[in-house]
Amino acid sequence: MTTKTRLLLKLAGLTGALLLSFGVAAPQEARAELRIDITRGVVEPLPIAITSFAGSGGRDAQTGADIAKVISADLERSGLFRPLDPRGFLQTPEQLRTGDPRYQDWKALGAQALVAGNTTTGPDGRMKVDFRLWDIASAQYMQGLSYTAPPQEWRRIAHIVADAIYKRLTGEDGYFDTRIVYVAESGPANTRKKQLAIMDQDGENHQFLTDGQSLVLTPRFSPTTQEITYMSYFNKKPRVYLFNIDTGRQEVLGDFPGMTFAPRFSPDGNRVIMSMAQNGNTDIYTLDLRTRRQTQLTDSPGIDTAPSYSPDGQRIVFESDRGGSQQLYIMGADGSGVKRLSFGEGRYGTPVWSPRGDLIAFTRQRGSSFAVGVVRPDGSGERILSEGYHVEGPTWAPNGRVLMFFKDLPSGDGRGRNAKLYSIDITGANERRVITPLDASDPAWSPLIP
Amino acid sequence: MRMKFLALAAVALLAACETAPKDANTGAASNSSSIRPGSQEDLAVNVGDRVFFGLDRYDLSPEARATLDRQAKWLQTYGSVTVTIEGHADERGTREYNLALGERRANSVKNYLAAKGVPANRVKVVSYGKEKPAVVGSTEAAWSQNRRGVTVVD
Repeated sequence: MTTKTRLLLKLAGLTGALLLSFGVAAPQEARAELRIDITRGVVEPLPIAITSFAGSGGRDAQTGADIAKVISADLERSGLFRPLDPRGFLQTPEQLRTGDPRYQDWKALGAQALVAGNTTTGPDGRMKVDFRLWDIASAQYMQGLSYTAPPQEWRRIAHIVADAIYKRLTGEDGYFDTRIVYVAESGPANTRKKQLAIMDQDGENHQFLTDGQSLVLTPRFSPTTQEITYMSYFNKKPRVYLFNIDTGRQEVLGDFPGMTFAPRFSPDGNRVIMSMAQNGNTDIYTLDLRTRRQTQLTDSPGIDTAPSYSPDGQRIVFESDRGGSQQLYIMGADGSGVKRLSFGEGRYGTPVWSPRGDLIAFTRQRGSSFAVGVVRPDGSGERILSEGYHVEGPTWAPNGRVLMFFKDLPSGDGRGRNAKLYSIDITGANERRVITPLDASDPAWSPLIP
Repeated sequence: MRMKFLALAAVALLAACETAPKDANTGAASNSSSIRPGSQEDLAVNVGDRVFFGLDRYDLSPEARATLDRQAKWLQTYGSVTVTIEGHADERGTREYNLALGERRANSVKNYLAAKGVPANRVKVVSYGKEKPAVVGSTEAAWSQNRRGVTVVD
């Protein structure tokens, strides 16, 4: 259905004249701007009124209502916003189209921010969506933007609007116009079927990418292209592959004599870093996607795996048992200057560098429990975010504020597994189940869709 | 979106290990007369097709060595048979580490067989990490059966 999508978004601020005609005449005195401070630990969600987007025709009106629902759901799931029940709203979307909001009415409802918008279909069949955001407390207009896209892309438009609101009110980039690739699991634990699957960040537009004939593991998004790198047991030969989401084309990466696994892209998208195991020894290699040159970065006799680049591409965090047990290490991008990062009790693995560079997420195994946590790249400030029988495999939202991971629990009957995806804020707040049609593991968050 | 589903030729990928006898140690099969010599069933029932490892270990126990001594003899008897050693881990580890650990275990088996005179070109290795438990369950009893190297006739 939705043709895959370098969708041509026309992003334009509403014209100055338009803005002025909606402009709020009164408040010129300096007031503290409405802003959610998300750097603190626990945040009281901001009450926000999101009206149905007005539309002239039947279809436009329906799309407008659907868009508002998607925006509300995105903002609510972030844990930073509390969308108010629209049944209490005293102004219609149409009234908000042509005039200022009645601030007192919205204030009485408890709203601190208000979102309204329009959906229209142009003569060329393209859909135009615009929205406006008001600060109710200080009675002022904050932002207005307009987007044009094919009508079937209404969900993306809604996510983009939600990202704009999130950014305007938190000061940080949003992460709603993103997708998740993961491994969909089905069947009993000893004959588990695993398929690559992809979905929007909110679980919509779900698609299976592989048919489950070959075992697949650890998919990761390219930071720059519509490509995924992952591991497949195709032909009983476990190797790292590249999968093109647009074309479905896939190819094995590199020509390695042993099993290759644990792949990730470099931040510029030009290389894939991975492990190769041969003769009982696992080391880290890179493959340059342009020259196809393979470079070996580590040569310890131990297990060196799960490499992840810093966002500037200068450093690599990985796990190794060279010191006796599985721990995190950091080295330069050329493999030099290896330094141990984790010193806590237990085993540490699956490190992933935050897109912001400030934190490294990991899985910790201690005693009979697993945990997902974060630590600063200098080894300080280690914090556990979620702990349980088995939690594993964190992945970062592109803004570095939210993690997704999986929990893998024995099913009640003892016969199988119960693997599910969860998201959590880096403060440790707002842990949420991410709904998938089948069991799910190994999530990987995409960058913001270009 | 028009994503092509993978139309990879389905080579009987999982078949080999899925049809392998459950556990040689149980000595279940009674009518060994119907077993074809040199077959996987022969190996599993009359020799022992698998060895077990300690937690996060890949060294071979005396029991494992005894099993592999029998395997080496059996492989010398059936000189045209080639095998793949599957290395496995229990579920109590992270995915990538367990893949590497399974590869280490498979190579421990391969190296031992090689030391006992089985040519390296008759023995391949593959690691499945924690992906293919032999015994389903979240108890030490299950995990100890899953930390294994299984010799599978190609």
